[in-house]
Amino acid sequence: MKPNSTRRRLLGALAAAPLLGPAAGLAQPTRPATRTIASSGEAIPLVGLGTWITFNVGNDRAARDASAEVMRAFFAAGGRLIDSSPMYGSAQEVIGYGLASLGRPADVFSADKVWISDGDRGRTQMDTSRRLWGVPRFDLMQVHNLLSWEVHLPTLFAMKAAGQLRYVGITTSHGRRHGDMERIMASQPIDFVQLTYNLVDREVEQRLLPLALERGIAVLVNRPFQQGALLDRLARRPLPAWAAEIDCTSWAQFALKFVISHPAVTCAIPATTRVDHVRENLAAAGRRMPDAAMRARMATFVAGRG
Amino acid sequence: MSEWWTYSLRDLLLFSSRTYTRLFELHNQEWWPLPLFALALGAVLFALAWRGGERAGRALLLVLAACWLWVAWAWHAQRYAPINWAAEYFAWAWGVQAVLLGLVAWQGRFDAAPAAALRRGFGLFLVGAAWVIYPLLAPLLGRGWTPAELFGMAPDPTALATLGVLLTIKQRQAGGLFPIPAAVPPDQREATLWAMDAPEFWIAPLASLPCGPAFVLAYLPGCGDKPGTQCPPRVA
Repeated sequence: MKPNSTRRRLLGALAAAPLLGPAAGLAQPTRPATRTIASSGEAIPLVGLGTWITFNVGNDRAARDASAEVMRAFFAAGGRLIDSSPMYGSAQEVIGYGLASLGRPADVFSADKVWISDGDRGRTQMDTSRRLWGVPRFDLMQVHNLLSWEVHLPTLFAMKAAGQLRYVGITTSHGRRHGDMERIMASQPIDFVQLTYNLVDREVEQRLLPLALERGIAVLVNRPFQQGALLDRLARRPLPAWAAEIDCTSWAQFALKFVISHPAVTCAIPATTRVDHVRENLAAAGRRMPDAAMRARMATFVAGRG
Repeated sequence: MSEWWTYSLRDLLLFSSRTYTRLFELHNQEWWPLPLFALALGAVLFALAWRGGERAGRALLLVLAACWLWVAWAWHAQRYAPINWAAEYFAWAWGVQAVLLGLVAWQGRFDAAPAAALRRGFGLFLVGAAWVIYPLLAPLLGRGWTPAELFGMAPDPTALATLGVLLTIKQRQAGGLFPIPAAVPPDQREATLWAMDAPEFWIAPLASLPCGPAFVLAYLPGCGDKPGTQCPPRVA
């Protein structure tokens, strides 16, 4: 597809897809809206659960129980996708603890990563991760920060073909290695990319998000709140009255609705240690969403020009 | 990790300040009443450092060797490693330091004469600070007593006390015992504290900062070994 047609498609999607009415795919008012994974047609909720820092609580039993309660609230509010990595310390083990204490919810969408330089040890690491989660197989396995992606991707494609996982992806964060990511997106049959996108880190709007739409690649968004720093800055100002037009009751919902209303975004994965926050996040994926004009207004306001 | 140099310390922080504080709480709770023994051991360490001399020097290094070995296993390998994969490497470094302390305690030659007054005084201050002031930081910062960091139980006060002891004794090989404990405050815990915006991140580096020049002057290789060697003036 030519770049111009991609651009037209993106602009069209931006104008039409986000709604000033009930979100598409919303089964009932309290459930989060969903978006489909292009490579399969499967729908997943627009908001997932990240585990970076928040679930790395070690052997602290009380903190593990608190994490399990966050997961309980997440599933109760209609959430499905949980994302982790071997890099996240004890997070995988804590997820496994939570899933076990919740009776292993059947609708969990398990997303993890392979994070090791040595390609020969990738399968061993993934198997260890799978045992820590306590799942029969991962739904999505991603190459963490593109580390040794040349050796890991063939392994992941082989595992997908053998039914040992369902989707293959790559990740980056903090806006790094976008050139490499673009080349892989253009050349490899991956199902997912994970990248950083939020109200202020918007470089991916230029090339990666349009390319994801063009290539039918699902997009997970990390750091939608800049690890809390964005919300800390926004909290110095009152939420604008017009945020009520898209049913925002907090800055977190404001930031999250901006991210998930981009038509290329499949799921944002904010992390939290609090039950009320996870409910608030899931609620952001319901009710009215910003259209292109509202998204521009939101970005301008946050940039201090509104 | 590719492009690791472009990451800030905050980007690399793996856990929250709450989780980190809980580590110390759980450590003290699960090993109770060992923290009381550690407090008493701190008093013994201070008394030995105050007394000085060859026998006290050997005893000091043996006590420190045991503490470093204990912190390597109980803190780094068992407590810290589940939330920080780099803790395994810290454990090995602490184990190496324990062996070095033990070797010098066993085979080293100690000078019975006391160290120079200023050097000894600063060393005693560090030992005292590690023993008494460090446990007070948690309650003073509003975290209560349960996460108190104790000499012999937690890494920072143990490293700081070690630097202090090495200043109070006169032992030619003690200069080789300096690098690892001196690297602990700036490289490990304080980087974590800084990344977490914890207010006390500067304490240990500031306290250990004068140790560098003090050790260079006290343990400069060759100085005083040969007749007529020109040495820089010792600290005090």
